[in-house]
Amino acid sequence: MLVCKGLTKRYGKNPNALESIDFSIPSKGIFALIGRNGAGKTTLARILATELIPSSGSASIDGMDVVADATRLREQIAILPQEARAIPWLTSKQSIVSYLLYRGFSLGESEERAQSALARLDLQDYENKLTRILSGGLKRKVLVATILAADSRIVFVDEPTTGLDPISRADLWKVLEELKKEHFVFLTTHYLEEAEKLADVIGILDSGKLLGLGSLAELRKQAGYQYSIRTQQEDVKTKEGIAIRGLDGSVQILTTEEEAGRLAEKLVKDKARFSINPTSLEDIFYYLVKKPIEEENYEEE
Amino acid sequence: MKKSSQVYASVLVNALYVMKNYPVTLVNTLLAPLSILVVIVLVSKGSLLAVSVEGALIMTMVSAGIGLQGDLSHLKNDFRLQDMVVSSPTSAFVYMIGMAFSEIVYSAPALMILIVLAMLYVHTSIVGVAVTLAVLAMIFTFSIALGFLLSTFSSDIVQNWAFFGLLSTILTTIPPIYYPITYIPLPFRYIAYLSPTTYAAEIAQNAIGYLQLPASSLAIDWIVIIAVTMALFVMAMRKSKWRE
Repeated sequence: MLVCKGLTKRYGKNPNALESIDFSIPSKGIFALIGRNGAGKTTLARILATELIPSSGSASIDGMDVVADATRLREQIAILPQEARAIPWLTSKQSIVSYLLYRGFSLGESEERAQSALARLDLQDYENKLTRILSGGLKRKVLVATILAADSRIVFVDEPTTGLDPISRADLWKVLEELKKEHFVFLTTHYLEEAEKLADVIGILDSGKLLGLGSLAELRKQAGYQYSIRTQQEDVKTKEGIAIRGLDGSVQILTTEEEAGRLAEKLVKDKARFSINPTSLEDIFYYLVKKPIEEENYEEE
Repeated sequence: MKKSSQVYASVLVNALYVMKNYPVTLVNTLLAPLSILVVIVLVSKGSLLAVSVEGALIMTMVSAGIGLQGDLSHLKNDFRLQDMVVSSPTSAFVYMIGMAFSEIVYSAPALMILIVLAMLYVHTSIVGVAVTLAVLAMIFTFSIALGFLLSTFSSDIVQNWAFFGLLSTILTTIPPIYYPITYIPLPFRYIAYLSPTTYAAEIAQNAIGYLQLPASSLAIDWIVIIAVTMALFVMAMRKSKWRE
């Protein structure tokens, strides 16, 4: 089990990097922590990976406290930090071998494991190539292979697909899906579709606070709205649910199953164009962090 | 076995793989101590050859600490290696020792040439050799501890360069490594004593008979160098920003 009790982290300039995080989840499968930039995802991952000491509260993984039992825990964890980069003067194999030596493997075993991990990610052709000449996607894959080769039971991957093209991202998703069969993967991401596709349990973090936790179905239940309706009709009103008006004039309504049926009937009657879908993680995320989708997009543009 | 693997990892990442993949670094490592040595020997018309060879050895040991600070900061800030190592079974102490060895390995080409030169031109007793080796070990430990400590506080390249300038000035510019301290005019001589390297250089120069220091001065030199080294080593272990 991964258990956090009142976990809080304060930095000088950021007094509420994490605010009293409480949750408990099984330490298996993929746990995806989603949130905007600066939400506290990396801070939480780094505390659990024994890199940061919490200001207060506690956290443990499989009964091992991240502070008191850090040495024992480190035998079982591996982390791929968000800003990790492949060291350019090393070949792909040398990168993996050196990391495995840090983990305490012998040179012979490190070389065997490195070759096997490279093969698993179809990187054999790049085994003896310096990482500086590899593409961004391949460099990232080498780092993932490094973590994979360690075969640690608990793996932290902090925004591993940021900056990857769609094909490389899909490749990495396959690896993570494979990895979760035998490992506990703690994944942080701001790609909601990534969490939706991969995670068994999802946590939503915003401004250091955990706003939601559970499977997608459980989050839908927590939000209280199971369906999302989008329409261009401006005067549509809901008795039960929330409506978000976008800058493009469209209206999104998050609502219950019954109310969705009623609204759909009305929209059909009005001959309005609309779409109706089960509430997505994106809908829940924006609902919980109180940011309408279009408003957020507008800010980013 | 496990600790030796962890030490070896640092030697590979920071020395052997670098030298293998970028052979030009082998030439670079030779240049710093040897270039100054050549200049001093030429200017002194050979009279400072022995003391300069010893100075070059001290310079190589001190440069290891300066190099370590730069290398560790680079690996930490640009590649996040330290984050990955912190979350692994490797401790801060083992990481520091591994990186210290890597600097020795990286300096091996220069060290080998300097040792040959020392055997040819530095004439001293067995005791003198032992004292020189002890003081080299001490200054190496001091510079490594200082380099490691500063690297854990460096968060970007600008800070890294600031630390580099600070270390270079304190450890190599101020102290009279390649020549006796008596060459420095008196008011400025006290500034030289702000650097621990000065004390190491005095001990080494005394060991080869170039200086004739009174026993009390020699004792002070040893006390200062041992105290500073121990203090920095303890600080590196306790105050370095390993786990934040």
